[in-house]
Amino acid sequence: MDNSSTDNAATVSRENDTFLLKLYVAGQTPRSVAAIENLNRICEVHLHGRYKLEVVDLARNPEQARIDKILAIPTLVRSLPTPIMRIIGDLSDTEKVLMGLNIRKL
Amino acid sequence: MPSAGMNDKSPQKMLEKTPTGISGLDEITSGGLPKGRPTLVCGSAGCGKSMFAMEFLVRGILEYDEPGVLIAFEETPEDLEKNVSSLGFNLQELENRGKLIVEYIHVDKTEMTISGAFDLEGLFLTLQSCIDTIGAKRISIDTLEVLFGGFEDKALLRQEIRRLFIWLKSRNLTTVITAERGEGALTRQGLEEYVSDCVIMLDHRINDQVSTRRLRVVKYRGSTHGTSEYPFLIDEGGISVLPLSSAGLDHPALDERISTGIPRLDMMMEGKGYFRGSSIMVSGTAGSGKSSLSVFFADAACKRGEKCLYIAFEESPSQIKRNMRSLGVDLEKWTANGQIVFHASRPSIYGLEMHLVKIHKMVRDLKPDIVIIDPVSNLTRMGTVSEVNAMLVRLIDFLKAEGVTSMYTILTSEAQVSVEDSEVGISSLIDTWLSVRNIESNGERNRGLFVIKSRGMAHSNQIREFVLGSKGVDLLDAYMGAAGGMVTGSARVALEAREKAAGQAARIEIENVKTRLERKREALEAQWATMQAEFAIEADEAKRFIAQKLEEQDIYKEEAKAMSRQRRSDSTAAFAVNGRKEE
Repeated sequence: MDNSSTDNAATVSRENDTFLLKLYVAGQTPRSVAAIENLNRICEVHLHGRYKLEVVDLARNPEQARIDKILAIPTLVRSLPTPIMRIIGDLSDTEKVLMGLNIRKL
Repeated sequence: MPSAGMNDKSPQKMLEKTPTGISGLDEITSGGLPKGRPTLVCGSAGCGKSMFAMEFLVRGILEYDEPGVLIAFEETPEDLEKNVSSLGFNLQELENRGKLIVEYIHVDKTEMTISGAFDLEGLFLTLQSCIDTIGAKRISIDTLEVLFGGFEDKALLRQEIRRLFIWLKSRNLTTVITAERGEGALTRQGLEEYVSDCVIMLDHRINDQVSTRRLRVVKYRGSTHGTSEYPFLIDEGGISVLPLSSAGLDHPALDERISTGIPRLDMMMEGKGYFRGSSIMVSGTAGSGKSSLSVFFADAACKRGEKCLYIAFEESPSQIKRNMRSLGVDLEKWTANGQIVFHASRPSIYGLEMHLVKIHKMVRDLKPDIVIIDPVSNLTRMGTVSEVNAMLVRLIDFLKAEGVTSMYTILTSEAQVSVEDSEVGISSLIDTWLSVRNIESNGERNRGLFVIKSRGMAHSNQIREFVLGSKGVDLLDAYMGAAGGMVTGSARVALEAREKAAGQAARIEIENVKTRLERKREALEAQWATMQAEFAIEADEAKRFIAQKLEEQDIYKEEAKAMSRQRRSDSTAAFAVNGRKEE
């Protein structure tokens, strides 16, 4: 492929990677609502057009928490690109979210 | 959801309890852990917390049919499976039956980034899901404090843990939560603040290179509980706690009598032997035959079809078997069919309490009719006399409460002159006390046996000579020598012979006296016959004389009549003389 991956530090995602994101919330709590809003905003700004986001409401499906090993709510899981990354909290700290997702600040 | 009224906080109400099924623990807590409430089990690393948490669930399933969920923060299901399989718990099978869920939750600070506020709702949902899947009644969380390593926000964690306890209570789940012991506090993170119902502390101490595990109920709201430190054991059967206080004096006294295995010894005890359920002590010097007495007792029990637990602190089972073969007792067949179970161990393997727990456990598992500890005096090396005594008191009480007949042999040294020196201080607890002594005289050692005491029966007060031979044990009557001392061995044999000779002479003398008497009787009888004959002759003569005289008189009268008839004169006068009137 191209050599850009070696140029960028290994910890930083490549520009053209598609991000597969799953946000686990539990019901319509203020925290869940805030997390969804925060994530949408960050993605639009930093990952415009190259992310897929799924919001999982564990209140409707508690079994999923057990299967996906979700302890904290809200939890954001980045399953692609690998490695899998987890960010917990209402994602109000954008700096931390970008760091957790390995996205270079624009 | 269970009705809130079920667990009313009113102290008047009896606190409902959930039996753990852990051996001994339910006795200490008078019934188990608070039902539908969390219990904190704390202790340092390696104290057996995880085992406790797991056994609580497994026993719940196996013994009370209460499905359980284990939330494991520390060990993976594979590790847990391995750890408990040595205990005979098959977790996989329980999981397949839908009775158990082992849920491993991995928490690693380095694998996540925290951005903003969160809670642990995911943990609650996971729990909920597990509980709903199998209808769990019991939960174990091992160990909750791992969460503190995963999340930095302590305030948030405390809040969530508080919420978790309330959540568990509201669902009426009986929960065991394990925690690390902290410095100067029960737990490192102060979890005891949140769990106010029941706190149990486990401890693992090493004294003199001997480790002892101990358990203590620190707190049990609304319930009485033993406050001592109870020794406990983790072995192939799981945890066994030794309930010290459960031993009391309320054991029933049984009237049944059981043979000692030695007919003459039975004879010394009203011909019936020991009381069932009593405690028997056999004290004696080395080589005096204490073990033999024990083995004969065990052999007799086996012949009755009973079970016997033989705890050997001195000899190996094969050594005991070999020695007993020489006395004509075949223990092999009893060990083969399981009627005798040998447990041989060096006293120094464990601490005193561990020995006690071990014996307790074996008695519970095997349910023997008879327990023999040979010799109990070896335990004195393990502690001070008072510690050993305390242990033996507990042991004797326990065995009595279980209705088990127990026999303890005690080794006494030759130097101890009086028999009363020989006890380890438990003689007051002993119902029957036999003493076997070596008697040295005439260049021989022989054995003497006597019954020092035997409660509730009229026992013989005599010394018996105790003889071990290929046909077994025999007790012989005591022979008293001229000096008043007991005569044993070859001296006894000589004395016996002398007595036999003396007896013969006496018999001859008696015969002589009898013969003399008989002769005298015969002589007297002859004399008597002669006198009778003489008398008969005399009497005959007398009768003849009387008859003659009467005849003469009649003749005279006839002549007188005839004479008067001839004279025809004064005939009336003649008739008047004779008192007769003639017309």
